[in-house]
Amino acid sequence: MDTYVPVLILGLIAGGFAVFSVIMGAMTGPKRYNRAKYDSYECGIEPTPQPVGGGRFPVKYYLTAMLFIVFDIEIVFLYPWAVAFDSLGWFGLAEMFLFILTVFVAYAYVWRRGGLEWD
Amino acid sequence: MSILAASSTTATFVAPHVEFGKLSPMLIAFGTATLGILVEAFAPRKQRYGIQVGLALVGIAASFAAVLALAGTTASVVAQGSVAVDGTTLFLQGTILVISFVAFLVIAERKTDQNQDAFAAQGASVPGSAAERETTRRGWQTTEVYPLLMFSVGGMLLFPAANDLLTMFVALEALSLPLYLVCGLARHRRLLSQEAALKYFLLGAFSSAFFLYGAAMLYGYAGSVNLAVIAQHVAHPTAGSTLLYTGVALLGMGLLFKVGAAPFHMWTPDVYQGAPTPVTGFMAAATKIAAFGALVRVLDVGLGVNSAENVWRPVMQAVAIITMIVGGVLALTQRDIKRMLAYSAILNAGYLLIGVTSTTAQARAAVLFYLPVYGVAIIGAFAVVTLVRDAGGEATDLSRWAGLGRRAPIPAALLAVFLLAFAGIPFTSIFIGKFAIFQAALAAGSPDLVIVAVLASALAAFFYLRVVVVMFFSDPLPQGPTIAHPSIAVKTALAVAAFATVALGVAPSLLLHLANNSAGILAK
Repeated sequence: MDTYVPVLILGLIAGGFAVFSVIMGAMTGPKRYNRAKYDSYECGIEPTPQPVGGGRFPVKYYLTAMLFIVFDIEIVFLYPWAVAFDSLGWFGLAEMFLFILTVFVAYAYVWRRGGLEWD
Repeated sequence: MSILAASSTTATFVAPHVEFGKLSPMLIAFGTATLGILVEAFAPRKQRYGIQVGLALVGIAASFAAVLALAGTTASVVAQGSVAVDGTTLFLQGTILVISFVAFLVIAERKTDQNQDAFAAQGASVPGSAAERETTRRGWQTTEVYPLLMFSVGGMLLFPAANDLLTMFVALEALSLPLYLVCGLARHRRLLSQEAALKYFLLGAFSSAFFLYGAAMLYGYAGSVNLAVIAQHVAHPTAGSTLLYTGVALLGMGLLFKVGAAPFHMWTPDVYQGAPTPVTGFMAAATKIAAFGALVRVLDVGLGVNSAENVWRPVMQAVAIITMIVGGVLALTQRDIKRMLAYSAILNAGYLLIGVTSTTAQARAAVLFYLPVYGVAIIGAFAVVTLVRDAGGEATDLSRWAGLGRRAPIPAALLAVFLLAFAGIPFTSIFIGKFAIFQAALAAGSPDLVIVAVLASALAAFFYLRVVVVMFFSDPLPQGPTIAHPSIAVKTALAVAAFATVALGVAPSLLLHLANNSAGILAK
């Protein structure tokens, strides 16, 4: 149990510091509220307005980016295989075939479900 | 020159050896899931449901057959030391597959809710929107649920078998990611369901990050993620133990999150309440089995050396005590049956942790016995919850359950069997399980844990019995919920769960014997 005493002390110090900071900040800090301060923070630019009535955001870019990442990762794995192609032999070929097959299954799903259509 | 040197090292690269036979249960599960995606892509919409359900059930059965074929073979570490196929692995894999089969029967149910399953017509449509009404009217279904859950089953099979931390992490993600999605797909109360999914995803991502950070620390300590190599370094330390301690703490947080132990339990009630009820049953049973399997392997194979045990045991015992107190006390205050069962799941995680911290072969066997009997009972309990319905889906508020025993004696009696089992009434399977765990903990010299556990059990008996009293001894509400008539599949699942709960309480020796035999065999 002695091993944990420093951890407990550190926890107490950390907790005490957090409580102290919040209380001191609230007591001593200046309070100047304006519209900009109440706004949500979005990288420093004017926040994009929410769609009226909680409408939908287009996810086209997201889908394209996701597909890109899938094929990007595929290349990451294909490249070392290409380098060690000789020593891996038939085993490597079969495994790589299985890997590409599973990636293409996901691709087929996206294609059949209209994920590749822009509009 | 450096490029030439690099290419000369690749020339000596040796092709890895993979024992496909030993890995077949997991490969079949993942293969079935992949086939399921092709079905989604190419089968006509109307036929998908039938094909998917059939495919999933056949896949689970085939995977179970593969486990049976491997049973009795010598324990070995396969796939370049990353997967251990031993008695414990096969016992847990078999359990997960049986539980999954029963759970899929309930998940595929369409008769209780006007020929619709428990999942949203289209997960992407905004709740309450015209698109949602249109897709519901057309009778669309999110049949992706079945391949997703098969991926989850595959991850669960790999999780307790993983013999290195990276494989374990991949398994953890494979089992978790599909569950995050499926949690958000409830057909009714969709906002609650989506909130649950988001909470589960964010907290799950946090815990995965903790796990990965812990794995990195242990790699820094031992120079390997392999559990056996870590164990060697713990036994014969070559470096300071700071990295070991931080690694174990972070890894432990990731695993304790998945088993739902306090203080990492916050997600459990919200997710269990919001998720589609059949999926909640599946999660409560199968995820817990897989996560405890992984926890046992990390602690026994990787950190099962005395010098390490002395460090993690007090912490784990404290976690077990906190888990039992939190689960038992907060379950008392619940008014919603799903949330109550969620806290009950936390409480049961506490009992299991007692077994895990004891680290004797006897305790491990007790944990192995407890996992299947608890899993079967919790699936049965959630299956009964899916039957009690009103206009807005399931009526989960306990006050609405008044007098249910008079209006629907059979479902109420079945639920009473499961609740009495949770309460640890003799002649039920969980009584035997608890007895085995407490006995092992006493033998291992931790009576303090057993005292807390017995007190928590007494507390738990109160809130389990309260549901039974509400069902059987109060007057039915005039506008009470309706009791759906389930299909033969759900009836079978309920019958199997109730039969197993009673039969394993009266005659537990076969499963106890199997658990004892399996617990001793741990490939290192």
